[in-house]
Formats: sequence, C-alpha cells, structure tokens
Amino acid sequence: MEPLKMIEKDIQPMDVHPMNDILRMDRLPHIWCPGCGIGTAVTAFAAGLDKANIDLKKTCIVSGIGCTGRVAGYIKLDSFHTTHGRGIAFATGIKVANPDLKVIVFSGDGDLISIGGNHFIHAARRNVNMLVICINNFIYAMTGGQVAPTTPLAAYATTSPFGCVEPPFNIPYLADSSGAVYVARWTALHVRRLTNSIAEALNKPGFSVIEVISPCAMYYSRINRLGDGLDMMKFYHDNSEIRHGEDTKNLDIGFQTKIIVGKFVDRERPTYMDSYNKWLSGTKKAEK
Amino acid sequence: MKTNLKAVLTGTHTLSGNEACIEGAFAAGCLFLAAYPIMPAIETIERYLKRSAEVGATFIQMEDEISALAAVIGASWTGKKSMTATSGPGFSNMMEHLGLGVMLETPCVIIDVQRTGPSLGIPNRAGQADMMQARWGSHGDYEVITLAPGSPQEMFDFTIKAFNFSEKYRTPVIVISDEYIAHKKEKVVIPPADGIKITPRRYFKGQKDKYLPFKRDKDFVPRMVDIGDGFKFHVTGLTHDDKGYPIMLEECQEYNVHPILWKIRNHVDEIVEFQETGTVDAEIVIVYYGATSEAAIKAMKQAKDMGIKVGGLKLDVVWPFPDKKIAELAEKVKAFVVPEINYGQIVSEVERCSYGNANVIFVSHGEKGINNTDDIVSAIKLALKEKERKKGIIEYRSQAGSS
Ligand SMILES: Cc1ncc(C[n+]2csc(CCOP(=O)(O)OP(=O)(O)O)c2C)c(N)n1
Ligand code: SF4
Ligand SMILES: [Mg+2]
Repeated sequence: MEPLKMIEKDIQPMDVHPMNDILRMDRLPHIWCPGCGIGTAVTAFAAGLDKANIDLKKTCIVSGIGCTGRVAGYIKLDSFHTTHGRGIAFATGIKVANPDLKVIVFSGDGDLISIGGNHFIHAARRNVNMLVICINNFIYAMTGGQVAPTTPLAAYATTSPFGCVEPPFNIPYLADSSGAVYVARWTALHVRRLTNSIAEALNKPGFSVIEVISPCAMYYSRINRLGDGLDMMKFYHDNSEIRHGEDTKNLDIGFQTKIIVGKFVDRERPTYMDSYNKWLSGTKKAEK
Repeated sequence: MKTNLKAVLTGTHTLSGNEACIEGAFAAGCLFLAAYPIMPAIETIERYLKRSAEVGATFIQMEDEISALAAVIGASWTGKKSMTATSGPGFSNMMEHLGLGVMLETPCVIIDVQRTGPSLGIPNRAGQADMMQARWGSHGDYEVITLAPGSPQEMFDFTIKAFNFSEKYRTPVIVISDEYIAHKKEKVVIPPADGIKITPRRYFKGQKDKYLPFKRDKDFVPRMVDIGDGFKFHVTGLTHDDKGYPIMLEECQEYNVHPILWKIRNHVDEIVEFQETGTVDAEIVIVYYGATSEAAIKAMKQAKDMGIKVGGLKLDVVWPFPDKKIAELAEKVKAFVVPEINYGQIVSEVERCSYGNANVIFVSHGEKGINNTDDIVSAIKLALKEKERKKGIIEYRSQAGSS
C-alpha cells in the first residue's frame, strides 16, 4: 500500500531555527494554545539539554497523555508517547534494561500525580535514575478542564463547579518523602533558572523531579477568570518567592496565593542500578 | 546474535511448567523480565531470578502489572528481548499495555498462567477462562498470537516460539498456560543451543535520518532500531503515520491499523500450529488445548477401545484460530467434542468455523476440574447417538448424581 500523500507531506521547516537540533521542525506548528506555559517550559528544556553537555544520542524522552504529554513528540531524541500516567513505568523499563541511557519523563500533573501517582512514588522510592519534568497547570487540560489532584482548594474546574473541595498534592513534598534526590519548582517564566535546574538535574544520578507551575490559558484561566496566558504567567512569576532548601512540607499552593520556588532537595542516595549491581556482584562472587 | 551458552541448559531435566517456561525464555535470548507477583505464576519469577545472574539477564519487580508490561515494552526498545508473567487478575491489568504493545508494534512475550475467575477466583486452581480475554481483552482492533502449551515440555518449546513470533511479526505474543501445567513437574528435554531455532530482531540498516519506525516491509512488518543508536525516532500510541507522528484522520486510522491486522492475518498459515491424531477416518474429533490435553487423550483412547472412530485436534496456537482446519474437518466428521475448563470459550470458535456442517458438543469441567475424562467419553457417545444436525452448541451435562 502506497503511503497517503497527505501523510507523506512535510511542513517545510524554517531555514535555521535556533532549536533546530532539538525540536522536530517537521512537526511544527505545535498543538499548544497561544499563551500556554508548556511552550516556554519546552524552550527551557531544549536550552537545559544543551547546557547539560550530555550525549543526546544516548538520551531519550518519554511522555504520558495530555497537552503536556505531547512534548515527547516534538523533541528530536528517541521519543515515546505512551499511555496515560505510565510514562515513568515505561521509562523504568528503558533505564533498567539499558543503564547507559539518559531518560527523561516530561508530562502533566494529572498524568504523573493522579493516574500515574503510584508509578511516581515507586520510581522515587527505588531511586531509578531519571529526570521527571512535571507541568503543573492545576487542571486536566487536554480533556477540557476537569479538576485534578493538584487543583487548589476553591479553584473552579468543570468537575468542581462549586470550587475544588479536595486538598491538592504538594508535588515537591510527595517527591521528597518518596525518596527523590533532586526536587525543584519553578514557574514557566523562570526560564533561565528552570534551564539551569534541568541541566543540573540531568547530571544528577537518581530520581529528580522538577515541577513547573504553568498557565493553562484555555481552561483553568477561563473558568477562574484569570486573564490570558501571559497575565497568568506573570502572576505566577511575580507572586513567587525563591527559597532554596525550604522544607518541602511548606510548599502547598492555594488558589492565586504565593508560590514558593527554588531547589528544595539535592542529596545522594544509591540509585536502583547501584543497588542492583551490588546485589549482582554479590551473587556472582557467591557462585565462584 | 551470539548464543549465550549459560542461557541454554542443554540436557534432560525435571521441571515444572513455570520453570520450563523461563528456561525457554532464556534459550530464546530473553534478557529482561518485569513482573508483579501472583499465584500461580510466581515460580516463573523465582526461576528467572535464580538464573538471571549467570545468564546476564535483568529483572525488576514493578508496583503492579500495568507498570510491569509498560516496563517490558520500554525495555524491548533497548534491544533486549523482554517478557512478563502473570495470572488472571494481573492479566486484566495488562490489557492497557497489550494495546500499547500492539500499537507501538513492540516485540515482547506475556505469560498468562490461568487460574479461575472472575476477579480473584481460586488462585491455585487451573482455569481456561482467559482465552477470549487474550484475543479481545484490550480495546480497539488487533490480532494477537497466542500459544497454548499442554505440558512442561511445551512450556519450554512454545515460549521459544512465542519470542520468535514476536520478533518476526514485531508484536506482543501471549503464552497462555494454566495452574495445572505450571505446577506439573515432568521430564523436559532442552536441546543444544545450536539445535534451537531463534528468530533475530529485524533491524533497519539504512541511514540514520531515513528511519521510519512504521514503514512496512512487503510482509507488512516494519523494522526496528534500538534506543541510543542515533536514529532519534518517535513512536506513539495515537494513530500515526510511518514516521510515528500522530495523524487524527480516518484515512490514517485505516492506513495505520489495518496493516497491523494484516501482518498476522496474511500469515495465518505460517503461524497456526496444531497436532492431529487419527482424524483421517474419524467420526468424532475432540478439539482440545492446554490442561485439558491429558483428559482428552485419555478419553480418546477409551473411546477407541470401545470401537468408536475418534480423532483429536490439539490446538498449539489458539490465536489466530485454525479456521480452515476446523472447516475442513467439519465437512468430514459427525461432531466435534470440545472440553474446556470454562463455561464455553474456544468452543464458540469451533462452532463458528463448522458452518453448520458438524455438531459441536461442549464439555465443561464441571465439578471435576481438569479430570473430566469420563464426561468427555460420555459426550463422545452422546455425539454418536445424535442423528440430527443441531444448530448452535450442544452443552453436554453430566448425568444427575454422577458428578
Ligand atoms: C486511561 C485514560 N484515561 C483517561 C484519558 C483521558 N485523558 C487524556 S489527557 C487527560 C488528563 C491530562 O491531564 P494532565 O496530565 O494534567 O495534562 P495537561 O493536559 O493538563 O497538560 C485525561 C484524563 C486517557 N487518555 N487515558
Ligand atoms: S488547553 Fe491549556 S494546557 Fe493545553 S495547550 Fe491550551 S493552554 Fe496549554
Ligand atoms: Mg494538567
């Protein structure tokens, strides 16, 4: 069967885009709305990859499902768009089967913390060597703005028409108490700091988590009357306070309240492969 | 691929079905297992761990079966042959990623050691009620190759075949056994490594920037590459084009998904395997698989001793189903007798493929579990007595008081 013309047709890339090496130019324009924070985070990610000075041939990216879940599809690495919430589990298989690879999981708050919450805490506990970038837009965006386990109390969503009644997860606290070795939070406008964090975490052995507070200019913004994407991005940025090393217990986010950002956790712990190899060399010795 | 000699335990051993399964996997070149513990599949994990260090194979116990199969699919893309093993409740959890494996066209092997169900059922009793789940359990259109071993030796042999099919057709393959075979210990002969046929992964050999992860060869099977080899490829569970880019159009649904079915459907004759005994002049043919094999073979012998012309068709591969073979036999025989440890699954396929040309008698395990030889013999007699061609499935029922 001949490939359909429509499918074969490429959208011709612009001549030399500064991120030509890292973005799949043949997939642009992307699906994200104007003013969405995901694009900014991807820009920081591309810069962070560059800055980290790692072998991109040996680096792969895995996403789950959602607006953020589409990130893997735009990044010119070996890239996997998997199932809702299971990106970390998929990435665990990759990392354990080939420990020489660098593995990044880039996904949304609903994906990673709700349906994928169990994989998140277990990968952190095992300290599987990977970087997880979580775009927290306080909502299930792709499905049209339903309440998420990260929606601040009293915030509106299509499935919390009287304001959210469930307390949200504090993602850095969850990551920290589950065993992550590197935990940071930035907003989508902290592009330079986010870039540095990504570069740093990419060279950190173990399970690293970077939360990016990011506007959903389409759903979270509209239902809560928060203005356009840029207004929200500025609000998050201007209402943030950098407190490196802050106890992760103190990082709750309320509806339109102050957001504490910074690097909260940076510690050493044996990674899953360290422990596995130790067990393995013990077994091999015992055999002899 | 260089054969790892430690992986092939050449010789004659006494192994349980679960142990033989893992030896088959190692002989086939499996180097990754992710699983979540469950009865009666647990001895697969134990055997794997016991041997993994010397074989150089990696293991991870995941947090559930959803993540186990996700990890297996991820691992497979690193170039390692990968597998998982589970039983009913875990098999249900795996349906999500059976679909992902099909859509990403990722070779991997899933062992389902059937217990009874629904839900938790009896963890340490054999069942055969996941047969249709294997075929239809994940949403969407797909074909899945499923092998049904009937002894520890077949556990070994069929697990190798499963890996070979998965590489040849770039698809998940299921080995569906059951508690009885899993725990039965029997002689298993493992041939020398060079006597075992292994299908290597079909790699793309072209230029780095020319790789299309879903561009099909003439046989509809696309080629693979490994993560880290510099191809910078993309794959998605969304409907996609040859590049692996999502395209949300019906034309692409057809372009993408129909060939995933064709790659199996067009090769049914190469995939389907069965063992035929005495069908040439048979009036009645017993169609059986897996744990019912023993009872069926005994019943066949008893009926023959009574002078009945009875033959047997043992299904080694259940999916794709041997439609042609059943249709061909249906034109010659009076009836099929189909024993199963369930309340009617494969029997409906036999009835479908008979096109009304033969009666189809179903023998459920009833209270006797797998030891239903007497019932099978009685069903054969019933089949002989029946003068009319009956529509639909005739369910054999034990005489009141006899069971
Ligand atoms: C198993 C399953 N359940 C539900 C969905 C529908 N679904 C798609 S995306 C999504 C939520 C995504 O939210 P989030 O991870 O926060 O990503 P965002 O769109 O906000 O970036 C849901 C529920 C799905 N694809 N799969
Ligand atoms: S719906 Fe919201 S999260 Fe999704 S692309 Fe639009 S602005 Fe971004
Ligand atoms: Mg979200």
